[in-house]
Amino acid sequence: MAEPSPVASLPIVCSGGEVRIGQTRILSSINLTIEPGTSTFVIGPNGSGKSTLLRLLHGLLAPSQGAVTWGGRVGPPVRQAMVFQRAVLLRRSAAANIRYALRLVGIVGAEARKRIDDALAEVGLKALAQRSARVLSGGEQQRLALARAWALRPEVLFLDEPTASLDPKATRAVEDIVRGIHARGTTIVMSTHNLPQAKRLAGSVVFLDEGRLVEHSPAHEFFASPRTPEAAAFLEGERL
Amino acid sequence: MNSFSESLVVAASLVSHFDPNLLEIVELSLRVSLTATLASSILGLPLGAAIAVGRFPGGQVLTVLLNSLMGLPPVVVGLVVYLLLSHAGPLGALGILFTPAAMVVAQTILITPIIAALSRQIVADAWGEYREQLVSLGARTFRAALTLIWDTRFSLVTVLLAGFGRAIAEVGAVMIVGGNIDGVTRVMTTTIALETSKGDLPLALALGLVLITIVVVLNAATQGIREWARRRYG
Repeated sequence: MAEPSPVASLPIVCSGGEVRIGQTRILSSINLTIEPGTSTFVIGPNGSGKSTLLRLLHGLLAPSQGAVTWGGRVGPPVRQAMVFQRAVLLRRSAAANIRYALRLVGIVGAEARKRIDDALAEVGLKALAQRSARVLSGGEQQRLALARAWALRPEVLFLDEPTASLDPKATRAVEDIVRGIHARGTTIVMSTHNLPQAKRLAGSVVFLDEGRLVEHSPAHEFFASPRTPEAAAFLEGERL
Repeated sequence: MNSFSESLVVAASLVSHFDPNLLEIVELSLRVSLTATLASSILGLPLGAAIAVGRFPGGQVLTVLLNSLMGLPPVVVGLVVYLLLSHAGPLGALGILFTPAAMVVAQTILITPIIAALSRQIVADAWGEYREQLVSLGARTFRAALTLIWDTRFSLVTVLLAGFGRAIAEVGAVMIVGGNIDGVTRVMTTTIALETSKGDLPLALALGLVLITIVVVLNAATQGIREWARRRYG
């Protein structure tokens, strides 16, 4: 139980992935591969399907057409975690929130205690371990959500605009944590509407527009010279 | 002319002297309604949570039905239970008509829909908020339902109090299935109805005071629990 089995969820391959909700097509024919160890940032205008793409890749949503596979398999992968825009925490202590997540994957006892301590220390919340999670500040809640995700030692960590409602200081704290988690080999897939943030953290950029994957390039290339007019216009608009 | 104030004085003395007759009635009321509330929680909470979280055909219909049943008229419940439990009825063999057990059955039927419908609403709201996170963490439906019940525990306690408040205050159902037999099935509400019609106002008023006190204490407790939980757990 202690150490994860070798790579099981990667690469994530989305081929021809399409998501419809009712009559509305949210994503159309997405072809995308998430390779192990990468840090992929999903950007694009509001309503371009960023959150939906993350949910599709995480397995929370099933594609209406096309397929998503994790390490070549169809099943919903276990060794992934997701942090949402607004942290969803249970009405119990910070430590107990992590304990709950670990119990769901069968990690209990000494190993769980070790991981809880370790994860809380990682995000600088050790002193607040026994504090009720829902009375923490917004930034602390998001750090706790990251600690809970990290305690699971995911191969892939999805983050859906995790800093969208945080102040600059809390945003920087979250960025540092994400950087630290990535540095230890965890694959990152994160959406953001904060372009400087994407520049700071991204290895590659996936640019979505109206549910289509318009561009997928290394971050430095994307920001220096976007290949498509849509991306160029988006970056241009952001500069105004 | 002064019968109200005189009755009030006698009533106050009955209460303050712990009149045995009065105590017996209050005690039976509490016992019947608490038992009914317990039974309704055992039935209603899981039912409400299951409808909130589960995806099965007819879920919507069931929700509408439950919400409608919240307004069940007590006398109608009393009548139906009476018919079921009477000698000629399908459950007549139990022989519990005109006993406290029959009153518990009637009140349970009366408040189970209330507890189920209110807890369904609370758990459904929480499910809307938690669903993606719990699914992401790998919680299956049953585990998710338990988690939601535990996480909304303070709201659910107030639901139970609402159910109890309805049970202790209703008169129609217990009157019909209990029969208001002195010393056996006489509870606060049925006694108030009877004594008032007989013109014995002090006892009726004394019971009225007790009943109102119970309702006020319940509401204060509900409020207190909410406030405390909000501050403690957010």
